[in-house]
Amino acid sequence: MKVLTLIEAVTDALRTEMASDRSVVVFGEDVGVEGGVFRATVGLQKSFGAERCFDTPVSEAGVVGAAVGMAVAGLKPVVEIQFSGFAFPAFNQIVSHVARIRNRTRGAMSAPMVIRMPYGGGIRAPEHHSESVEALFGHVPGLKVVIPSTPHDAKGLLISAIRDPDPVIFLEPSRAYRSVRQEVPEEPYTIEIGAAHVEAEGEDLTLVSYGAQMIEARQARAALAAEGRSVELIDLRTIYPFDARAVVESVRKTGRLLVVHEGPQSFGVAAELITTVMEHAFDQLEAPPARLAGPDVIFPMPRGEKHYLIGTEAVCAEARKVMSYEP
Amino acid sequence: MIEEYDPREGRLLSLLNEEGELARLPAGMPRLPDEQALAAYKTMVLARQADEWALNLNRQGRMPTYPLNKGQEANSIGALMALRPDDWFVPAFRELGGMLTRGIGLKQWFLYWYGNESANHMPLDTYRMLPISIPVGSQPLHAVGIAWAERYRGTDRIALTFTGEGGTSEGEFHEACNLAGVWKAGVIIFVQNNWWSISLPWSRQSAAATAAEKGFAYGFPGIRVDGNDLFAVYAATALAADRARSGQGPTLIEGLTYRLGAHTTSDDPTKYRTDAEVKEWEPKDPLLRLERYLVKAKKLSPEEPERLREQSFACAQAAFEEAEQTPDPDLEDTFRWHFVEMPEMMTRQLERRKA
Repeated sequence: MKVLTLIEAVTDALRTEMASDRSVVVFGEDVGVEGGVFRATVGLQKSFGAERCFDTPVSEAGVVGAAVGMAVAGLKPVVEIQFSGFAFPAFNQIVSHVARIRNRTRGAMSAPMVIRMPYGGGIRAPEHHSESVEALFGHVPGLKVVIPSTPHDAKGLLISAIRDPDPVIFLEPSRAYRSVRQEVPEEPYTIEIGAAHVEAEGEDLTLVSYGAQMIEARQARAALAAEGRSVELIDLRTIYPFDARAVVESVRKTGRLLVVHEGPQSFGVAAELITTVMEHAFDQLEAPPARLAGPDVIFPMPRGEKHYLIGTEAVCAEARKVMSYEP
Repeated sequence: MIEEYDPREGRLLSLLNEEGELARLPAGMPRLPDEQALAAYKTMVLARQADEWALNLNRQGRMPTYPLNKGQEANSIGALMALRPDDWFVPAFRELGGMLTRGIGLKQWFLYWYGNESANHMPLDTYRMLPISIPVGSQPLHAVGIAWAERYRGTDRIALTFTGEGGTSEGEFHEACNLAGVWKAGVIIFVQNNWWSISLPWSRQSAAATAAEKGFAYGFPGIRVDGNDLFAVYAATALAADRARSGQGPTLIEGLTYRLGAHTTSDDPTKYRTDAEVKEWEPKDPLLRLERYLVKAKKLSPEEPERLREQSFACAQAAFEEAEQTPDPDLEDTFRWHFVEMPEMMTRQLERRKA
């Protein structure tokens, strides 16, 4: 096993799949010679040639639209959008075609592809580089939306996404790209899309998060453990189709739920998860399910980031509130 | 050869005049054989009858919103005739003639506009056609990607895509042309210029004199053809197909035509264009022109057009009835094609709808 960062695990997964399947092609802005602005595709052009890993003009709709044609024609494009905040020129292609080709043709055609993009704040980047867009894509019928939080998951989930017969939006937490290191198996392996990961068991509270926010969730769990509280921590891993079963089962055991995510609160992932829990585990609830999410504000530029991001102490405080609730 | 018809110098490729007289073709200009011209004529008659019947059905309340093709048939028919059957066809939504040329049955066309997605279940290997694309200007990118994929796999298949001139104002049209040029893609981007983007005239869509000249800015030639002239459309597309297949890259074809009907059955063209303009275009009708040519060439007897119209009308009626009698998609069908495996939440939603 090698110790890898999350971004190195992404590269490893791309390399693995390119080596085993010639239909896999990787392209996007600056992914070839430079190896990507975050270096996710570093070395791939050298290993697999400029035909299979290449640079495109700044043309997000073009990249995704061309990928639709390639996918229909039988290739497996894995494209990179430089930052999720720049995905919007491609939104028409994603919503109107990527998500729809299979349904539109009643299965005669499909456009399986992976659209990778770094997302989320905390990297002190200029405007448009810090958005959390999972709810936007999760709301579009026909798309799978996956977010890894660890190097191990990044590799397994990305390999699964590339092998998936349906299009996958693969959101990579840029804040966690290099801050987490972990042992990652060298051989190829997959992690099921649609399956949450119960990362640590507990009795008093179900804490659900995903992506970079898992960093604070883990720290909060440890801090609360020091206070004698036992928190069950779930990494959702897939936004759509999310693992309702895992969350509901956990809440049936703990009776209490807190969902934490960086993306804006209204119409966010927490709203969907909490509603699902209310539908299926209402009788087992011992406290109103709670959410701690980004505010409904435009992600601030670096000097204002502190007003947006959710720190460990905020997670702990909210968790304590839910755990100490008595009707 | 395409370079000789530089739209920036006012050149226009036109071979068949309004009287149905075919010009002497310059050496090297691909000539659509008369037998194929006759087949094209029959397709055109069928498309025309289908169109008129669809309008009638719409007024009867039996057909939802429908885009009229009348007057524009030569563009997609002529272009498709210049392709190999294994080349890709990436249409917009006003290419009925092209679809019929590809072998798609009229029933499928009616079924689609009747509102049943099962019409789009067309096996790729049989038709090599992408489904009708409604978001304007979004589909040329797919053709560029397809052409890239075919070259990657070492085939010599090319891709032909259509958009209206309205689509040339979309950002995705620009991106498609740009990538096609940079990648030297084996693609033909065919702009059906009918002069009206619903209610907006060409003069207010672009300050460029022609749509064809836009190709030059992306590093490949554009050519303007008389889009109501089957022979010219065929010739231009055949030349462009040669370029694409031999690795010389993309070509932009602007086929000048006119939509004799409304944009769709939901709009009223009298609000934005004059009767005089429509009258001016009526004699340029591609169907009349081809008919005159074929009668003169003795490929068609003077009585045959009427008989063909009757046959085609009956055919259109039967095809629509078949579409109308096709069962609606069932509830499950509405759910099951989004993913290869239906996620559990969708299964639950489906069960709930069933209950």
